[in-house]
Amino acid sequence: MEPLNALVSVTNFMLIPALAYGSQLALGALGITLIYSILRFAHFAHGDTMAIGTAAVIGGTFFLQAQGVSIHPLPTALLAIPFGMLVLIGYLLITDRLVYRYYRRVKAKPMIFVMASLGVMFVTNGITRLFMGVGETRFEDGERFIFSVRDFREYTGLAEGMALRSSQAITIITALVVMVILFWFLNRTRAGKSMRAYSDNEDLALLSGINPERVVIITWVITAMLLVTAGTLYGLDKGFRPFNYFQLLLPMFAAAILGGLGSPVGAIVGAYIVAFAEMGVTYAWRRVFTYLMPEGLEPTSMMQLLPVDYKFAVTFAILVIVLLFRPTGIFKGKVL
Amino acid sequence: MDKPVLIGDAMTGGYGGADILHDCTIAVDKGQIAVIVGPNGAGKSTAMKAVFGMLKLRKGAVRLNGEDITALTPQARVAKGMGFVPQTSNIFPSMSVEENLEMGAFIRHDDFRDTIEQVYELFPILRDKRRQAAGELSGGQRQQVAVGRALMTKPSVLMLDEPTAGVSPIVMDELFDRIIEIARTGISILMVEQNARQALEIADKGYVLVQGANRYTDTGSALLADPDVRKSFLGG
Repeated sequence: MEPLNALVSVTNFMLIPALAYGSQLALGALGITLIYSILRFAHFAHGDTMAIGTAAVIGGTFFLQAQGVSIHPLPTALLAIPFGMLVLIGYLLITDRLVYRYYRRVKAKPMIFVMASLGVMFVTNGITRLFMGVGETRFEDGERFIFSVRDFREYTGLAEGMALRSSQAITIITALVVMVILFWFLNRTRAGKSMRAYSDNEDLALLSGINPERVVIITWVITAMLLVTAGTLYGLDKGFRPFNYFQLLLPMFAAAILGGLGSPVGAIVGAYIVAFAEMGVTYAWRRVFTYLMPEGLEPTSMMQLLPVDYKFAVTFAILVIVLLFRPTGIFKGKVL
Repeated sequence: MDKPVLIGDAMTGGYGGADILHDCTIAVDKGQIAVIVGPNGAGKSTAMKAVFGMLKLRKGAVRLNGEDITALTPQARVAKGMGFVPQTSNIFPSMSVEENLEMGAFIRHDDFRDTIEQVYELFPILRDKRRQAAGELSGGQRQQVAVGRALMTKPSVLMLDEPTAGVSPIVMDELFDRIIEIARTGISILMVEQNARQALEIADKGYVLVQGANRYTDTGSALLADPDVRKSFLGG
């Protein structure tokens, strides 16, 4: 039995990737929860909005690279994030002005908003593909590893190796910083508190002199910043392909609903649960158990519950179970 | 006191269909308590909403300190010095007590810490619970938060829509005591009340509405003494 090797193996192939993936989902799910609390509809264009924001970052990155700008060992894309945020803020505010504001004015039902956002999703998706194509775009540069498998083996002398990719470390740290800033904003600033007040009790917020249009604008701006950060981190980690970003819609929604719609803490917790569930169910545990079981009892199969292609089935199952048995989610959010 | 602080003068109007209010007049003088009572469906809350601008008037006018505010939105009236405590959902449940008070002062850009201090002096329990979410408090404490929130703009008139609905008799007496205290600081109070007898006991002026029109208007004690009012509206 070699528990240390088992631990290293599971950390390398599951814990670190799930932590990075969960962080990316958390930033996206926070946006979903914020839009749901303030604008009171499920934002279906979330994944494709994330894609178009990331596309802007990629454009900025290529421009910077052509100019010879570099912040080695960090990826150049980090420098282009502010540019991407500006583009996406503009895009979302224009969308709001052209599409959603009308439905707010006529006090349309939430379902109308959802359908409108579905339309926005198709348009956004088309624009992204127009610029980026449907294939994969890689824009990661800088140092690839903080430490590689070989470094780790030489350093520890263990049979099993572990690597930490820069994109994973950057993802986890950035997500943490962004979450801290977001919570500071929501709990400590006047604008943040006015958002929470509006989400809590719309009529009383109006009565208190809070301007709803202003709250809506702040919400879109924050969502844009979260989405560009999340999309860039995901792209650095796994490459950019518009369809993959669209597919992120499901785990992001599952995370927000599992945590409790309208609860920012819930969105983060939900995101990590979804990420670990997806990774855990589709991970081949054979190596880990080979290290853990006594000799002669090693597993012969892969010990993989589902093939990786089915990871969204795991998320979908979580979503269905939550909606059936606890529709308010872990942190008592609103019911969709 | 020749001119009332706030007057809804000969108000006629409704929610779009038939008129609910008919030539109804409600007024309150400085530092006084005016109470609107009447049977169910008499238009008590409607009269108050009309004064606050949540209802379109076909005829009549609302004047605050002599200024005609009939055309103003409720939000603009808050800025002019009217405080309103709705009957239900009158707090931000997930926010702390202190944050509720801060949101009450949202339109103020000066330092409002002393106003928060005054609210805490009026409702000492809120100081102890200031970090707690307002939604976790008891019914009576929530009402205190709601009144405190409305006081944060330092209004000249405070309007309360059934402040004692759903609270126990002890809490009700306590709330009425606080309302008297608020009136003593010079803030005029206009209130709709289901508990007519207790409300008229503290009222400087009482309005008995029936079917959206003034039936009896007098001081609180005179109304309580009036045998007609007693028989018809106070249960003998």
